[in-house]
Amino acid sequence: MDALVSQLFAGLSLGSVLLLAALGLALTFGQMGVINMAHGEFMMAGAYTAFVVQGVIADAGVSLLVSLVIGFLVGGLLGLLLEVTLISRMYKRPLDTLLVTFGVALVLQQLARDVFGAPNVDVRAPAWLSGAVDILGVGIPKTRLFILALALLCVLALSLLLKLTPLGRRIRATVQNRDLAETSGISTRATDRLTFFVGSGVAGVAGVALTLLGSIGPTLGTNYIVDAFLVVVVGGIGQLKGAVIAAFALGLLQAGFEYSTTASIAKVLLFVVIVAFLQVRPQGLVSVRTRSLA
Amino acid sequence: MSPRVRFWGGLAIAAALLFGVAPALLSDFRLNLLAKFCCLAMVAVGIGLAWGRGGMLVLGQGVFFGLGGYIMAMHLKLSDAGPGGVPDFMLLYGDGTVPGWWEPFRDPVVTVLAILVLPALVATLLGLAVFKRRVRGAYFAILSQALAAAFAILLVGQQKVTGGTNGLNGFQSFFGFTLSDPVNKRMLYFIAAGVLLLMVLTVRLIMGSRYGELLVAVRDQENRVRFLGYDPAVVKTVAYAVAACFAAIGGALFTPVVGIISPADVGVVPSIAFLVGVAIGGRATLLGPVLGAIGVSWAETSLSESFPSFWIYFQGALFILVVAFLPNGLATVGRFFRRRRAEPADPVAPEPEPALETSGKAS
Repeated sequence: MDALVSQLFAGLSLGSVLLLAALGLALTFGQMGVINMAHGEFMMAGAYTAFVVQGVIADAGVSLLVSLVIGFLVGGLLGLLLEVTLISRMYKRPLDTLLVTFGVALVLQQLARDVFGAPNVDVRAPAWLSGAVDILGVGIPKTRLFILALALLCVLALSLLLKLTPLGRRIRATVQNRDLAETSGISTRATDRLTFFVGSGVAGVAGVALTLLGSIGPTLGTNYIVDAFLVVVVGGIGQLKGAVIAAFALGLLQAGFEYSTTASIAKVLLFVVIVAFLQVRPQGLVSVRTRSLA
Repeated sequence: MSPRVRFWGGLAIAAALLFGVAPALLSDFRLNLLAKFCCLAMVAVGIGLAWGRGGMLVLGQGVFFGLGGYIMAMHLKLSDAGPGGVPDFMLLYGDGTVPGWWEPFRDPVVTVLAILVLPALVATLLGLAVFKRRVRGAYFAILSQALAAAFAILLVGQQKVTGGTNGLNGFQSFFGFTLSDPVNKRMLYFIAAGVLLLMVLTVRLIMGSRYGELLVAVRDQENRVRFLGYDPAVVKTVAYAVAACFAAIGGALFTPVVGIISPADVGVVPSIAFLVGVAIGGRATLLGPVLGAIGVSWAETSLSESFPSFWIYFQGALFILVVAFLPNGLATVGRFFRRRRAEPADPVAPEPEPALETSGKAS
């Protein structure tokens, strides 16, 4: 029982990290078809933001909350800059954006290495997040619970944004039919820019959250980017629901595989499961139905 | 100049440089470096076929490079250990016995066959599984990348049988030839250069055939090809498998030339790095990927020795500038200028822009 609960929680925790990393991608890749390899580096930027903010604000609790906000802005502004300078020129060539943004990722990583040094740095977790909570006889670290809550909060905020606000309506319209949205008077270009800002901002928030789990380094983003993309592929595009289900499913699966085999074999098994899953549902778990040719 | 003359002329110059000028002028050390670049260029030739002509963004060629390299390394380790012997690192990390699936690679014939067949088989299986279900574009790119990530993690995790992060190294001989002998090193260089030229010729033959036309057609208008009665999945899978085979041969020669194969050569980042040279040289040209790959590797070696951090900025900037502003690579700069001069009598029709997937949606 204990083992089951702790495995279950390990899976949920991994899933919440994957979800945070993938939420922004679900917006930018899922809704605009742009593969942003620098998404991981936006997370890294968020993580270093937390490090810098803590240098200014000594109190770990206050600095965490402040960094969540500043991290969102840093990630978002980086994304906006990337969108305006490069990606906006390349909407017709989505595969090439992958390579261009990989170049951006290389540059950002090296920049972090030159500014903050190659060794990893640590961000102190606030006192109210130290220790563990006892759930069904298993001690669960509070930081993990915090990240789980943060991930769910981000999902809630994003779905409210998409459902209730004018921006959300414009985004959904653009996703469903770009040409029709444009003829209805929506500026799809402005919508794209805002979507990119929000999506990249969530990456910044994810980066801040990751500082709670361990030390951070310039290659922080590369560790998560591949898994985050897999979440989007499995989840399907167009709706956040898919990403949420896929993130937790992959998290639970990987935790389960790791428990029964080893971490390295678990990764391979997970890949096989994903390819097998795509045999059944090539469009992912949840997808917007269209009549376009496949 | 007709394209035919240009191709054979280019190939003749390349052959003269590789077999005449380079061995005469370069020191043994530099020649060994050039051999390494040739191995990397083999991967690039395959990528040029799959990506440039087939429109499949293959982000995981490191897997096939690694498969070839590790199969070769296993054979070299076993033959160094002698009949029934155990490779040194297994005594160090493992329990001192050779696992059963290593045993077949004691045999040189099995090794060579495995290098030629196994990676192509993996690519065929993955390709059919993915393309038959019409998963493509960005989705295929991400899957191939995930494969590279999983492969590198697997290699690191299974230290007892793969050498872990250190990889496999310290080879003494190559099919009976002592590797410390400079003459044998030169022989390896000639093998690498010869194989590379053969691969370029093979791609040329493929592109001249009906199949080559089909491949480009699938890249540009997959649905039309399907409606004409062909199966695009099969067409794509063949190109993917050929690219995998080329990458594996490159890896297999890379191992004895460089003397080490490790997870650092096969993961996500090296797999994408293979694409830099191809993108710069011109993805849809024949000699572009080769020249691009050799040029980039040469620049990396000379720049990263003295300015390691500068090289990374440079590589990033190359990626950004070339892909964003010169999608057909430097090989097309000449054509770009020729078009500027507006010669109406130019018999060479400019190659159409590769119409890559216009939508990332696989619905």
